Amino acid sequence: MATEQSTAVDAPRGWGATLRSWDAVVILAVVLVAIVGSLTIDGVSSPRFWRFVTIEMIPIALIALPMTFVIITGEIDLSVASMLGLSATVMGQLWFLGVSSLPLLIAMCLLLGASLGAVNGTFVTVFGLPSLAVTIGTLALYRGLAYVVLGDRAVANYPVAWTRQVISPIPGTTIPWFIMVVVGLAVVFGVVLHATPIGRGLYAIGNNVDASSFSGINVARTKFWLFVITGMVSALAGVYWTLRFASARADNGVGLELSVVAAVLLGGVSIFGGRGGLVGVLAAVVLLGVLRNALQLAYVPANTLTIVTGSLLIASVVGPNIVAMARQRLRQRRSAAPPVAGA
Amino acid sequence: MRAAGTTRFRAAVMGTFATVLLLGATTACAEETPTTNPTGATAGTIKEGLKITFLPKQVNNPYFTTSDNGGKAAVEEFKGVYSETGPSDTSPSAQVSYINTLSQQGTDVIVVSANDKDAICGALNEARTAGAKVVTFDSDTKPECRDLFINQATADGIAKIQIKLISEAIGADGGEIAILSATANATNQNAWIEMMKTELAKPEYAKLKLVATVYGDDNDQKSFQEAQGLLSKYPNLKGIISPTTVGVAAAGRYLSGSAYKGKVQLTGLGTPNQMRSYVKDGTVKSFALWNPADLGYLAAYAAGALASGLISGKEGDKFKAGKLGEYTVGKDATVLLGDPFTFTSANIEQFNF
Repeated sequence: MATEQSTAVDAPRGWGATLRSWDAVVILAVVLVAIVGSLTIDGVSSPRFWRFVTIEMIPIALIALPMTFVIITGEIDLSVASMLGLSATVMGQLWFLGVSSLPLLIAMCLLLGASLGAVNGTFVTVFGLPSLAVTIGTLALYRGLAYVVLGDRAVANYPVAWTRQVISPIPGTTIPWFIMVVVGLAVVFGVVLHATPIGRGLYAIGNNVDASSFSGINVARTKFWLFVITGMVSALAGVYWTLRFASARADNGVGLELSVVAAVLLGGVSIFGGRGGLVGVLAAVVLLGVLRNALQLAYVPANTLTIVTGSLLIASVVGPNIVAMARQRLRQRRSAAPPVAGA
Repeated sequence: MRAAGTTRFRAAVMGTFATVLLLGATTACAEETPTTNPTGATAGTIKEGLKITFLPKQVNNPYFTTSDNGGKAAVEEFKGVYSETGPSDTSPSAQVSYINTLSQQGTDVIVVSANDKDAICGALNEARTAGAKVVTFDSDTKPECRDLFINQATADGIAKIQIKLISEAIGADGGEIAILSATANATNQNAWIEMMKTELAKPEYAKLKLVATVYGDDNDQKSFQEAQGLLSKYPNLKGIISPTTVGVAAAGRYLSGSAYKGKVQLTGLGTPNQMRSYVKDGTVKSFALWNPADLGYLAAYAAGALASGLISGKEGDKFKAGKLGEYTVGKDATVLLGDPFTFTSANIEQFNF
């Protein structure tokens, strides 16, 4: 095909290195949406827009971090939103019963999240059940427990200082400070995934469980701790959710697992495991957040928004496959021609 | 490392793909942005060109479509700019996102039915700081987060109409009645049931005897079974009151397919679409609810009056609401629509929700 050839040849040299992955595509999409949005939609360029986008993205970004790990190992955790909801209701109930120290409440929620994650991890690693089935089960179970804790009540009388502070801006900006927590965690997760043997182990597990077992990786233990960490981070998101909405209810965060999984897949993580990275995932969280809010500002009705998000998700799954096919064909053609260095 | 040529090609293809997709989505939708040019107002009337947006609990919900169309009619009467937006599910978090959007769009009044009385508070106050007025209807928020609440019915009004309708349906001889409620701990249901008991204590209802209150948990099948259970347990039962839309429809379905049809009376709070067939086949003579179209209509007029400075939301403020006449703001910045609306075979065809 002539176009393939000319595109490859005409592109300036520097770009090849920069735009070398799906990550770059997603980042480029964010930049494009931001620019096009600012030019065509009233309000996208305002600082308030970015404040609202950030506030909304934080819980998705938080949970997407461990979810990326889980999906890279070839598993999935669909119970995250229910763990968020259960932590929120327990936090609300404890506050209602008189626990008035915020650090203590957070600590108890994290502990709860860790236990919920450990239950998932046990079913997956000890009993060897598929995580899809296990976490669909706990998705219902944990949400049910949340209704046991609070029923149809809402606990909402938190100190104004707490609820205001959780979304109070970094001085001099409109961006809520809590994003720093997300950034901090993202750095830790990023370093672990991309610069340590643990991270390489995760990819290995996702690519070939047997081979990684033979090469000395304790697959079961690794997966178990991933589920525990996912539970803890979901619980942290639950604390944020409760304070940000000043309301603990049993239905807090219903359906959030789909937004998280959507962002992780759109970020280039393969649903079959073994491929993807955190940069793409975080860019995808931003992309979905900005796109959603921008389209909302442009008076796009809710149903159309769902269609756009759905199409993006399909594109993210189909896209890399098209790329892989194209690459395969190019490689076949080149194997006849002189070999390429560093392939 | 991959070959440079391959990756460049890959990046180019993906870049084009994403760009086309995203550009298509953003630009196509941006064209729909309405333009407005507000003009000045004369004293005592609602300003023209006010941007009034209805934010229901959920879009594509027939109840809210009806209420919002009522609002639309009102907004068009006073030459404002009506729009409706909202989430496709009833989650408070999604509603907050829409409130944020509305406050950025510079909407004059947000007319909202709250999915959570606490969770959307912060966002509403942020919108008010940015200059918007907030009117709640159908479901209120905490009073400090809105300027006005349009209340569709009081607990007292609901209890009175339920007892009146069942008494009329059963006739002068009276008899045993039962209540099919939602959940045992539903605050509003319990308040209504208490008020119904007070109402039953009045001399004119002396011949009605409440024998049981059962709970269908707002679950269709459970409500159906509870209705069935009531009739096998109380053979002399003359009537059932179900002050919940799920319960009354399930009880209607049971009665209409049983030998008790027309012999055991049923009333409650229901929607015309759910109850239509039972009214037509004689299972149900009448049932009550408010008229959502009127609720939306009143909310829109209140919104207009508020944004034009005709009222501020303090007790005793008066405003004209088109065809519905004059209304007075009550305690806690609340406006009451009026008595519940009674649906019968004579008027049910006019409603679709």
